Amino acid sequence: MADTFKIGEHEFTSRFILGSGKYSLDLIKAAVEHAGAQIVTLALRRATLGSIDNILDYIPEGVTLLPNTSGARNAEEAIRIARLAREVGCGDFIKIECIHDSKYLLPDNYETIKATEVLAKEGFVVMPYMYPDLNAARDLVNAGAAAIMPLGAPIGTNKGLLTKEFIQILVYEIDLPIIVDAGIGKPSQACEAMEMGCAAVMSNTAIATAGDIPAMAGAFKQAIEAGRTAYLSGMGRILEKASASSPLTGFLAD
Amino acid sequence: MKVNGEIIPVSDGLTVSSLLEQQGYQVSRIAVEVNREIIPKAQYDTHILHEDDVIEIVCFMGGG
Repeated sequence: MADTFKIGEHEFTSRFILGSGKYSLDLIKAAVEHAGAQIVTLALRRATLGSIDNILDYIPEGVTLLPNTSGARNAEEAIRIARLAREVGCGDFIKIECIHDSKYLLPDNYETIKATEVLAKEGFVVMPYMYPDLNAARDLVNAGAAAIMPLGAPIGTNKGLLTKEFIQILVYEIDLPIIVDAGIGKPSQACEAMEMGCAAVMSNTAIATAGDIPAMAGAFKQAIEAGRTAYLSGMGRILEKASASSPLTGFLAD
Repeated sequence: MKVNGEIIPVSDGLTVSSLLEQQGYQVSRIAVEVNREIIPKAQYDTHILHEDDVIEIVCFMGGG
């Protein structure tokens, strides 16, 4: 049976959500293909006059678009952006970002919960970006979130799973896909998140700031698959003292 | 009227459709808000704009 996961009513086989920020449009297609990504995030901004190229023309067909509400400082602004994003006409998915801290870009869980509640009622598939707090995550579940997206480290830092223990608690306690969003800087960290039982990993900056963008997208894909397989396999146990791997009989000296 | 923060001169009876066409926007790639109200695409041909309207025209861009 295929190893799939569901966000709302939508089923996915790829566990790598790719961001599309900070790199050129002509690399997006190659990055998506190398990543094997079925979900790509986008931002919504004022349309610039005279710009003919549109990002939608560069994203392969069949990929689910996940617009974010970046730029929103509170629930009201996130709701406004989400409604506009849906009106463009590319589906009901929305990644809620409510951020009013410009130094660390840490999400405001309280405003995020409020936005989730409104947008879930309006039929959006709501994927909230949040600070990994169990109580807030439970509130997001009750508010109708379709997945929970805790941060590993501040956006764009590539610092990895600084919040590892708290994300692990979410994996244990929350009955929705836990998708690490933000901070994952290299494939080994994406692999680690998957080994912990996260449903998927979202990455943008690690790919966008790599030397070879499509190649790094491919490396993340392999790492995520390896971590997922390891998680499903069940980790080997840890001991305090050595335990020989080779037989302890039949030594030549005897 | 104000479009994406810029004041532009308009003729009377301009519809959303004609504004978008005039300015060169691709309807399938954008969403439009007039005075903080989203205008559904189906109403672009009939929604008449006024001189003091504040209009936002948005589209998707790369983002994380």
